[in-house]
Amino acid sequence: MERRTLFPGRALPAFLVLPQLAITALFFLFPAWRAFVESVRAVNGFGLNARFVGLANFAALLGSGTYRATVLRTLLYCTAVTALAMAGGLVLAVFADREIKGRAIYRALLILPYAIAPAIASVIFVFLLQPEIGLLTGVLKQAGIDWNYVLHGGQALGLVILVGAWKQVAYNFIFYLAGLQSIPRTLIEAAALDGARGWYRFRTMLWPLLLPTTLFLLVVNTVYAAFDTFALIFALTGGGPGTATETMVVKVYRDGIINLDLGGSAAQSVILMALIVALTVLQFRYAGGRERT
Amino acid sequence: MARLDLRGLAKSFAATTVLHGIDLALADGEMVVIVGASGCGKSTLLRLVAGLESPTAGRVLLDGTDITDTDPSRRDIAMVFQNYALYPHMTVFGNMEYGLKLRGLPRAEIARRVDEAAALLGLGPLLDRRPRQLSGGQRQRVAMGRAIVRNPKLFLFDEPLSNLDARLRVQVRADIRRLQRRLGVTSLYVTHDQTEAMTLADRLVVMHEGRVAQIASPVEVFDRPADTYVAGFIGDPAMNFCPGQLAEGGTVAALVAGARIPLPEGRRAVPDGTRILLGIRPQHALPAATPTGLAMTVELIEPLGSETLLHGRLADDTSFALRIAGPPGPLAEGIALPVHLPPEQLHVFDAATGLRLDAPPRSGAAPVSGQH
Repeated sequence: MERRTLFPGRALPAFLVLPQLAITALFFLFPAWRAFVESVRAVNGFGLNARFVGLANFAALLGSGTYRATVLRTLLYCTAVTALAMAGGLVLAVFADREIKGRAIYRALLILPYAIAPAIASVIFVFLLQPEIGLLTGVLKQAGIDWNYVLHGGQALGLVILVGAWKQVAYNFIFYLAGLQSIPRTLIEAAALDGARGWYRFRTMLWPLLLPTTLFLLVVNTVYAAFDTFALIFALTGGGPGTATETMVVKVYRDGIINLDLGGSAAQSVILMALIVALTVLQFRYAGGRERT
Repeated sequence: MARLDLRGLAKSFAATTVLHGIDLALADGEMVVIVGASGCGKSTLLRLVAGLESPTAGRVLLDGTDITDTDPSRRDIAMVFQNYALYPHMTVFGNMEYGLKLRGLPRAEIARRVDEAAALLGLGPLLDRRPRQLSGGQRQRVAMGRAIVRNPKLFLFDEPLSNLDARLRVQVRADIRRLQRRLGVTSLYVTHDQTEAMTLADRLVVMHEGRVAQIASPVEVFDRPADTYVAGFIGDPAMNFCPGQLAEGGTVAALVAGARIPLPEGRRAVPDGTRILLGIRPQHALPAATPTGLAMTVELIEPLGSETLLHGRLADDTSFALRIAGPPGPLAEGIALPVHLPPEQLHVFDAATGLRLDAPPRSGAAPVSGQH
């Protein structure tokens, strides 16, 4: 049942949506417009004047090896985070779906990481894995692993992937658990009576029935990994060592705010905006499909 | 095809006891219907047999093998669920072959069995459809097909007709009976609908509050209900019960409503003065032309076309119903109608226990067929 409230006239409805429109204009439309403007200009070294350069900023980006490397790194990062976070969420959900004692507590604990701010999540992992004083660093060192993510790019990338995934597991867990619980029990019982057990039952019954949830989460997780992990990476590694953990969003910040290449940074923002629009369209189209079934 | 033995099967959920020790044996190829009001434990009993719940006490034996602790997937039992539980992401063919693929049958054999079952149920043209593209009746048939192809030892039916409309229900009911006879698979069928129960059953199990009230053939359950619960539950409209007590050496019922009704079959093995309920079905009580000592004040007349239902009260305010053939004729609401109770149609129950009180037959064998 859809409930609609109808307001008379035009003034009142306009007045009621005004705050939201103002927020959108101030924090999205205006910056987006500025990014567009900056992306086609070049500012001289002293920041005193700017001139129109057309698509030169974009051309420079696409011709740049470092930018291409960043895009590939971002792809790797997104894939790894999405895969880990979704697999983790699914496994935990399948276990939490069983009848176990104290499952309310178990579930609440599993959802907890989602409620932690990204910077705090990073700090937790710094406590654990900081090269000199981290709680786990000693253990790793004793196991013969030269753990120092501040120096080793591969370890740094592994770490930001781990933390990024860890933070998102809770979200996926909630959706997968809801998905599992919306599967009618009798279906699973019918499959059991048909002789299906364990892994086969999961593969032929639960997994196909969870497919809508999986597709939805795929888009959400990709968006998360690509755009929402800035705070986390920034707090952990700042994009380093070198460019080892520099994803596209981190590069926008580094190029624009630290290196003051406003034109190049703005051009990157515009590319990111185009990407996010594409993903959003995908998600909306998909979310619409979910409502219809 | 197999024998099923339930021995002292009991089930409790926390503090609630749902089943109090059920004993039941199904012969090979027999169709036994469990009937009872909702909450009587009949569905739980079925789930225990399927292995979807584990009993608190008692054993389940299939063909002499104890399967009480066997996983449902290894029991070789097929079940038709109330909501059909069709796999929504598979075609009709996929639904039917699922259990066969798991048994590792060769492809050709699977296709042959599915086609055979599909032909039997008229599902041939629907094999490529998905469950959501099917009507309720078609889904029901797919659920049946899925059970049939596996050729299981035992069929379980959990109210398989309750999601169908009335007209379709009558047709599918007959289809199920024909199919079960033809395949000869031992079947346990649960329903709350007494018509379904009466028409489908070789034997009927009437359950009441987690116990078996009576196990007998449908005709026997109707003709000789074991207690007042069964008597009131089976038969529509429900049986009339008139309070009274035994008199004259157990050969006469002295009703509170005033009349003294002679009982057939000689004396009962309980003393005179025992409080009883005298039961008679509305279609067996007859309107009389002259006063009989028992009269019903007619309160409501329901003409049903070929017959008429009269509702009213006796002198002691006991509600009483009467079913007569044909239209109501001169009968009118408010009149006092003399009622005749033919002795051979009377049922005598102990008012305290609710159990049937029969005169011992001349052979001397125990007369009560039910158990408590």
